[in-house]
Amino acid sequence: MSGHSTYTPKSGFARWLERRLPILGFLHESFVAYPVPKNLNYLWTFGAILSVMLIAQILTGVVLTMHYTPETTLAFDSIEHIMRDVNWGWALRYAHANGASMFFLAVYIHIFRGMYYGSYKEPREVLWILGVVIFMLMMATGFLGYVLPWGQMSFWAATVITNLFTAIPVVGNSITTWLLGGYSVDNATLNRFFALHYLLPFVILAVVGLHVWALHVTGQNNPTGVEVKEMKKETLPFTPYATLKDSVGVAVFLLLYAWLTFFVPNYTGHPDNYIEANPLVTPPHIVPEWYFLPFYAILRAIPSKLVGVIALFASILIVAALPWLDTSKVRSGVFRPLFKKFFWAFVAVSVGLGYLGAQPAEGVYLFAARVLTACYFLYFLVVLPLLGKYEKTLPEPKSIAAALQSGESAHA
Amino acid sequence: MSNATKAEPNRRDILFIATGAGAAVAAGAAVWPLIAQMNPDASTLALASTELDISAIPEGQIVTVKWRGKPVFVRHRTKKEIEAAQNVSLASLPDPQPDSARVQKPEWLVVVGVCTHLGCIPTGHEGEFDGWFCPCHGSTYDTSGRIRSGPAPTNLEVPQYSFLTDAKIKIG
Repeated sequence: MSGHSTYTPKSGFARWLERRLPILGFLHESFVAYPVPKNLNYLWTFGAILSVMLIAQILTGVVLTMHYTPETTLAFDSIEHIMRDVNWGWALRYAHANGASMFFLAVYIHIFRGMYYGSYKEPREVLWILGVVIFMLMMATGFLGYVLPWGQMSFWAATVITNLFTAIPVVGNSITTWLLGGYSVDNATLNRFFALHYLLPFVILAVVGLHVWALHVTGQNNPTGVEVKEMKKETLPFTPYATLKDSVGVAVFLLLYAWLTFFVPNYTGHPDNYIEANPLVTPPHIVPEWYFLPFYAILRAIPSKLVGVIALFASILIVAALPWLDTSKVRSGVFRPLFKKFFWAFVAVSVGLGYLGAQPAEGVYLFAARVLTACYFLYFLVVLPLLGKYEKTLPEPKSIAAALQSGESAHA
Repeated sequence: MSNATKAEPNRRDILFIATGAGAAVAAGAAVWPLIAQMNPDASTLALASTELDISAIPEGQIVTVKWRGKPVFVRHRTKKEIEAAQNVSLASLPDPQPDSARVQKPEWLVVVGVCTHLGCIPTGHEGEFDGWFCPCHGSTYDTSGRIRSGPAPTNLEVPQYSFLTDAKIKIG
């Protein structure tokens, strides 16, 4: 999308560089002149919030590796060494551990925002799929990082998750042995998990680059879901308008992050992870980190091991198919009264699954998890395809400018 | 593309395909070590067997030993437990296997102590069948280590083991 770009190199050096590597012009077009729809609300600041979180995680993570030892007899102690001896080690580790939680909180809001406003619809399918790829990479990275402190929860999370692969017929056991580098989670496993935990954030960074690239080709969606028609009238340059609005969002988000880090740093953690890993004792109640709970509930809801594992992966992959499952011609949920109800029901189902993932898999909890798992998949496979055909939608505004003029903001 | 009109393959086509095939083989050979390095290394494989003196295990007790980084349960079964394991109708089992196929001597049950569901360690003398109960997802096993209820798909694995003497076994 080209709109406000007016870049002309001013200094002699900038002119010299621009002829050889037009990076200043590229940055100017992407982050200064880039046209942003005028009517974006604060839910659109989560892209910037996520960028900040990714950078925060990489910075604290790189620094933590300077003090951490990925070896089974030393790992647990090196974490306590970071907490007690390393200058500001406690702050860095708590910031990193809680940063993961905040990262996931932001990404879930970002995903639900996309689902509500139909941001995945034509022509933003590739943008959306790249987002799902980033989410899966985040899940892998989060899991690998959780193993590194080598506490009881670390060890048994690693055991349960790697054992998911034993469900694969015929070659499952060989694949699991290959992943572990042994017959159980051990030093080889810890070492490679550390290597991958260091690698994946940079892969995420690269895919985020593609995600932003795709975004800048199609332009941002907006609360009305109507494409920008008149560049001059309906958009503003990214800097200062979006930059400053994003800054407000980031600042508020950082408040929550700081509260978590400094006041309740172990709130999202599990006390069992302060017990060193013991391969001979499974803790009586294993739960993953909160951001995996809905998927964990789906896994446990299904009585067959293989089908449970398939359902777990399907529940994530199905999100990537949204552009084709949602058949509605109207993009934004604002103008879809029935969709709105189902959407919030879906949010409730997801949160409910998260709650159930933390409960023991028995009795009424198990039954509820089965019902909600069915609801989860029905939303994608039945509700969205049918809604597009039968829902009576409200009239969309002719343009963003028209919507702004009639004061019919997307919040209404 | 000057040869495109000719139907017959010529020497250049064969060289082209041979070069491509050679490059594919070379790429495969280069990738192989990168993949294979993740399999268990020689030091891990060297720990593949464990010996255990079983004369000190009283009847009714389960001893856990570490083998290949995993727990192995050695259970000195009581008469009642043996009978319970033998007198089960096989048709009622999710993974039917007679007790005789799972033990070398009826008094001694040796199984890998890893739940076949997702790898947790079941606790002994618990659950409906007094065998094992897995705290993670609620699978129950009987006194032969066979799955009786819950999400686990198969019986507890019986490792390769042998009686060196009456009082000593070698696992692995």
